[in-house]
Amino acid sequence: MKIKILKDILSANDQRAKENRELLNRNGILAINFTASPGAGKTSLILETINRLKADIKIGVVEGDVSSSLDAEMVVKKGVPVVQINTGGTCHLDATMVASAFNNLPLEEIELLLIENVGNLICPAAFALGEDLNVLISSVPEGDDKPHKYPVMFSKAHLVVLNKIDLLPHVLFDLPAFTEAVKGLNNGVEIFEVSCKTGQGIERWTSWLSNRLNKRPSTS
Amino acid sequence: MHELSITKSMLDLVLDQAQKNGAEKVQGITLVIGEMSGVVDDCVRFYFDFLSKGTIAEGAHISVKIMPAQARCRECGKQFKLNGLDWLCPSCGTTQINIVEGKELYLESIEVP
Ligand SMILES: Nc1nc2c(ncn2[C@@H]2O[C@H](COP(=O)(O)OP(=O)(O)OP(=O)(O)O)[C@@H](O)[C@H]2O)c(=O)[nH]1
Ligand SMILES: [Mg+2]
Ligand SMILES: [Zn+2]
Repeated sequence: MKIKILKDILSANDQRAKENRELLNRNGILAINFTASPGAGKTSLILETINRLKADIKIGVVEGDVSSSLDAEMVVKKGVPVVQINTGGTCHLDATMVASAFNNLPLEEIELLLIENVGNLICPAAFALGEDLNVLISSVPEGDDKPHKYPVMFSKAHLVVLNKIDLLPHVLFDLPAFTEAVKGLNNGVEIFEVSCKTGQGIERWTSWLSNRLNKRPSTS
Repeated sequence: MHELSITKSMLDLVLDQAQKNGAEKVQGITLVIGEMSGVVDDCVRFYFDFLSKGTIAEGAHISVKIMPAQARCRECGKQFKLNGLDWLCPSCGTTQINIVEGKELYLESIEVP
């Protein structure tokens, strides 16, 4: 006998992500899930964001990494609370891992939670964490063809950051073609062109973020 | 790449649904997998054989329906199959498209005695 089910295979993860989201909302936290290829600049952008916003906004960080804790150590030096999740070989974070990280974070003291996902442009697309914003970081040396190679990730992102624009003069990278491909796949998505090395464009990103934080529903 | 966690979730869902339906054995499983979901069905079968050992779903046959990647043009409304090379609307030539099919990943049905 055949029984129709028609249920998403990842519905259990979606449910846990929803619970994470509710917990974050109750604590008035805006959560960002940073996804990117390895080395695109997730940690660099997180560190830059901390540098610019730390004085005004209480920040917490979740570092997802397959095995090392190097990224988390750099964040610790900035004096913000950070939890390291070693995924033990898994190529993405999932909602359960992030929920367990919450146990080790002072949630009531955090306004902005920055989550660094595992460097990978395929798997994280399927696993919601409970984030408010999904920010995809692409970088100049990866090439301008990434949107069409990873269309699912690019079409799901709420924001796209193009990092390492200081390298534009040295790399064959067609910026208008990249922009058109991203906006073609993801109608109206905003693209922030930045360099974590020179600081170019970082101000525009952090002021956008501060604005977004001010629009959070206030908790009391 | 993420087939192991996908297969674990799939098995949990299958066992949960089998129990809800009072089934004592699962003989078959039908999955719907989008071409763009990044999930390889042979990997799912491989992990399933290993993960399902000792459960009521052990030995179940997995059939997979692959959903082709489809897009719809935001300018002219034309729906077309994405072939992975051409990202332009075949009818008006814009890049303004929405992916409308091909990201699926769900359990369609289970076969029980
Ligand atoms: N030229 C240049 N290099 C950069 C820029 N941003 C980051 N880098 C360098 O790129 C390398 C990778 O940066 P990370 O921030 O560690 O990248 P990541 O995405 O966190 O990497 P993983 O966590 O290993 O996946 C480092 O050597 C950075 O110094 C930039 O804007 N320009
Ligand atoms: Mg990093
Ligand atoms: Zn068209």
